[in-house]
Amino acid sequence: MKSLEELMAIKAKMADKVAVRQADGNEIRVVVGMATCGIAAGARPVLNAFVEGVTAAGLAENVTVTQTGCIGICQYEPVVEIYQKDKEKVTYVKMTAEKAQEVIEKHIKGGAVVTDYTIGAAKI
Amino acid sequence: MDEFSLYVLDITMNSVRAGADEITVSLAEDGDWLTFTVTDNGCGMSKEQVEKLSNPFFTTRKTRKVGLGVPFLTMLAEMTGGGVKITSVPEKNEDGSVNPCHGTTIQGTFGRNHLDFIPLGDMVETVKTLIQGSPEINFTYIHTFPGGHVELKCAELRAMLCEEISLAEPEILMWIGGYLEEQYAGTEEA
Repeated sequence: MKSLEELMAIKAKMADKVAVRQADGNEIRVVVGMATCGIAAGARPVLNAFVEGVTAAGLAENVTVTQTGCIGICQYEPVVEIYQKDKEKVTYVKMTAEKAQEVIEKHIKGGAVVTDYTIGAAKI
Repeated sequence: MDEFSLYVLDITMNSVRAGADEITVSLAEDGDWLTFTVTDNGCGMSKEQVEKLSNPFFTTRKTRKVGLGVPFLTMLAEMTGGGVKITSVPEKNEDGSVNPCHGTTIQGTFGRNHLDFIPLGDMVETVKTLIQGSPEINFTYIHTFPGGHVELKCAELRAMLCEEISLAEPEILMWIGGYLEEQYAGTEEA
């Protein structure tokens, strides 16, 4: 059984880590649309894939995954936006958990935008 | 939406957007009925706004002209023989006076054995998603069903962790997921 002691152990482990994480201006921000349109189109597993994928890839120090409301392009949901300082915002559309994995590998880790999944490449 | 847990996520997001810092999400399964209730201490709504909620062409958003959350929930409730009730106390009345106890309660009843009802889906994932998105909110989650109940109180977790550690930290979220899943597994065996 997951005990509260286990939670306290995580707390102890994290106390030093939280202090280390500092804004150096190079963070990447992943924003997932989680309004009715996003949720209905399958945004929950996409969000989950980013949260778990970023952690599994050891990128959590530099990458934050957050949620937002409706971006206004409901027909393209699930929509994911990636913000990075001094770079143009990248908007990925019609995302899936599998595509999220690819974006983590190629874009967030490798620095190469996965153009096939961007809004510019999308056909409605 | 093909899982009930997605409706729960969607409806609870309304409370998040209402600026609530205490949100209670409860699911109670009993006999033929599932009662789903969300109570928040957010900004609330006027009587007129509550009346307009069932209209899919009413929304306070600026990004689109439709608001389908409550209409979707109402449709599912009515399709399965139940219904949706909303009561709300606005933070500010029209005359500018303030209600100290403001917030909204939305309650839906669903025929859980009805042919048109849908699978409950992954409630653990919904709770994790809510906490990930708003780690500062004190969510209380209670799911009761014949044979057991599952419960999570963010306020209690927060009291154990210190302020600097966000509930949205991946390690904490994973712990929360495991904690809930083990509660569910425990009751299935019982």
